[in-house]
Amino acid sequence: MTDVAVVGVGQTKFGELWERSLRQLGTEAFNAALTDAGIDRNAIQALYVGNMAAGYMSSQEHLAALFADHCGLAPKPAVRCEAACASGSLALRQAWLSIKAGVYDVVAVLGAEKMTDVTSSAAITGLMAAGDAEWEGAIGLTFAGLYALMARAHMHAFGTTREQMALVSVNNHKNGVKNPYAQFKKEISVEDVLNAGMIAEPLGLLDCSPLTDGAACVILASDRVAKRFERPAWILGSGQGSASLSLAERASLVEMPSTKAAAADVWKQTGWSNKNVDVLEVHDCFSINEIVALEDLGFCAKGDGGKFVERGAIKLSGEIPTNTAGGLKAIGHPVGASGVRQVIDICRQLRGDAPNQLSGVKRGLCLNVGGVGGTAIVTALGVERQ
Amino acid sequence: MTHLSVPSFWRLNKAKYGLVGAKCAGCGKLMFPPRTVCPGCGGSKFEPAALADSGQILTWTVIHAAPEGFDAPYAVALVRLEDGVVVPGQVVGDLTNLGIGATVRAVFRRLNENKDGLLLYGFKFVLSA
Amino acid sequence: MFGIVGYGCYIPRFRIRTSEIARVWGKDGADIVDSLGVHEKAVADADEDTITMAVEAGRAALARATIDPQHVNALFVGSESHPYAVKPSGTVVAEALGLSRNLFLADLEFACKAGTAALQNAYALVKAGEAKYGMAIGSDTAQGRPGDALEYTAASGAAAFVVGPNPIATIEGMYSYTTDTSDFWRREGEKYPRHGHRFTGEPAYFAHVGNAARGLMEKLGLKPADFDLVVFHMPNAKFPVRAYKQFGFEKEKWLPGLVVTHIGNTYSGSSILGLCGLLDVAKPGQRILLTSYGSGAGGDALSFVVTDRIDAARNRAALVQDMIGKKQYIDYGTYVKLRGKLSRS
Repeated sequence: MTDVAVVGVGQTKFGELWERSLRQLGTEAFNAALTDAGIDRNAIQALYVGNMAAGYMSSQEHLAALFADHCGLAPKPAVRCEAACASGSLALRQAWLSIKAGVYDVVAVLGAEKMTDVTSSAAITGLMAAGDAEWEGAIGLTFAGLYALMARAHMHAFGTTREQMALVSVNNHKNGVKNPYAQFKKEISVEDVLNAGMIAEPLGLLDCSPLTDGAACVILASDRVAKRFERPAWILGSGQGSASLSLAERASLVEMPSTKAAAADVWKQTGWSNKNVDVLEVHDCFSINEIVALEDLGFCAKGDGGKFVERGAIKLSGEIPTNTAGGLKAIGHPVGASGVRQVIDICRQLRGDAPNQLSGVKRGLCLNVGGVGGTAIVTALGVERQ
Repeated sequence: MTHLSVPSFWRLNKAKYGLVGAKCAGCGKLMFPPRTVCPGCGGSKFEPAALADSGQILTWTVIHAAPEGFDAPYAVALVRLEDGVVVPGQVVGDLTNLGIGATVRAVFRRLNENKDGLLLYGFKFVLSA
Repeated sequence: MFGIVGYGCYIPRFRIRTSEIARVWGKDGADIVDSLGVHEKAVADADEDTITMAVEAGRAALARATIDPQHVNALFVGSESHPYAVKPSGTVVAEALGLSRNLFLADLEFACKAGTAALQNAYALVKAGEAKYGMAIGSDTAQGRPGDALEYTAASGAAAFVVGPNPIATIEGMYSYTTDTSDFWRREGEKYPRHGHRFTGEPAYFAHVGNAARGLMEKLGLKPADFDLVVFHMPNAKFPVRAYKQFGFEKEKWLPGLVVTHIGNTYSGSSILGLCGLLDVAKPGQRILLTSYGSGAGGDALSFVVTDRIDAARNRAALVQDMIGKKQYIDYGTYVKLRGKLSRS
């Protein structure tokens, strides 16, 4: 069966980018990926676009065709994928499937989001479309609110503390200092996190990833084509899981069944266990989610995520360096772009040019979550084809 | 002010006003909100079922950064009703005893106003004395 | 025989003291309490309104009635603070209470007597055989102009009744007295009402309450001594007490219904909340006189005779005094914020 590799990566700076529109951000990231791959746009056979909320934020739908045109790819086929904050990974997974199926050899995956043109309360309203509009959005729940409900349940069930959650943000900010693309390049302390204003109790401002503009792009190639490239990063597994949007209709408030399903599929495809993973990217949209993710991915037992973080396991020097470029918290979270950006940061580690380069990295794993776990996508990458 | 349309709210009247869910005619599973396919047995025949109007708080938060049309701060909880169904709802009134395990009962309140000026009503919860 | 089959009340939990309002406007609170007889009034929360209170009172009335709501074929909701100028409060209330869709329904307005007008209409449809059961609700979130005398008394509350056969209190008879007397009014689109001062006394309240009550007694061949319990409309505590004395009613007959002292004037809910207070203590066989007053002006008088079904029904829902006792005090700033007197737009 065909194998798929990442042969080019490119992204824009992430932040509050007043001067750049959604279409400018997307094309900039695409061009950067082409340059990195050293190929001409004519080599791209299809475009997959990940974006959640352009209709709400910019009154713009039909993004696949829009970007195909602006990236100079028309009349090639283009697809837009949406799975809330997992839109980027979903686009990548669909692209991967198309190459594995033998339909294409070279495909571009572009994740892009423009979030700062609208007011924060409008952005909060728009993001809530990732939850259940009729039952959660309708009563004033927000994204932070949903993760706050999960955080409190986790604290009640397992004794997880605000301090442990704060360590996630502290670690991510530390890792972001050297990342030229990051929205925030300043360290923060546990006190900073605990004293920050409340967003949805018990989550404060520094427990929450920011509203961000940005785009990220990868070029995928089949093994037939990939062998021409210098440092291909092989996609060794891709798994996806789904669950109810609404938290009330889940069996558990402290785990994400979608993550577990996606991860189980990837362990099977790759033959890996947790010990085989050298570097990890998880979806730290809110600090609690990094803790829940570490548990659901099996890096520690359910309920032990807080203690796991507390003993430094996620640090660059720890047993599973996590979000080594800053995570969603420090780099920023342009929703549709994050899934692609996570893969790029794993690829940088595999290639040897990450901002916080680890030694001997051979295998990396990404978890991108949509909503409060309605969608979860896990991607496994490695230096070797097997 | 919410962007939920008048017709979409109207379809959900019974559920929002009276906590009326559905009971699967096949396996007896109680659910809220009502669905078209039973998550238990996959069946598609249902009877309306008025749910219990009191229960316990499973988890809660107080929202400070509100979406459009809501005035922060306000409390929201997931409540397990006496019949086992879990529903999300705002908690209003005296919040002194707000906490996991607290008993609440449903009350009828104005939820919101939609962007066309229609008033939207439904259930919220108050802590039982 | 037809009459009240179930009754229920709803009083929101916030209270603002007369002394607190007086403080803001530089008046002597003790003097005002003396002159009005009102110590504090009930204030609806920001997410409550005439419709939400009507639903809560309606649920309590249905709980006492123990009937299937699907057998209710008539609903009248009386208020002077309906949330919409066009779209009846009653349709939301009917849907929330689960009433029959084969339903006579209309909202009513007649200042403070819209609740009793609702009761008269529901009773008439049931008596005529057009409806098996009817419901009548009076509910208001009355507004007083900031700094005006009415600000001390304009309050929020609701009472509801199920009317039908096998009552807990039969309706013995009713009478209404109506004239065109302009003591208090509010134009379409205006936020606050306007009112006369001394004109609201003799020619308005006392004339219409008096004539309605006398008209009923004459119609039924009764005297004040034939009544065991009485409640008149309560714009404050002074007016009804003066009227009770004019008729010679002893204090123990009207005290259980004098709810205004600690919740204020709940407008369309006023005399009927007082009626709930009387039903909470009434014994089988006792006769109750209710006379409401609505500015503009009119009075509705009804006579009830309590049956032996009352004792079983009473404890199925909250008593008025219990609702009055469940309270939390707020300050004037919170009060104006909640009642929308401080506009954000």
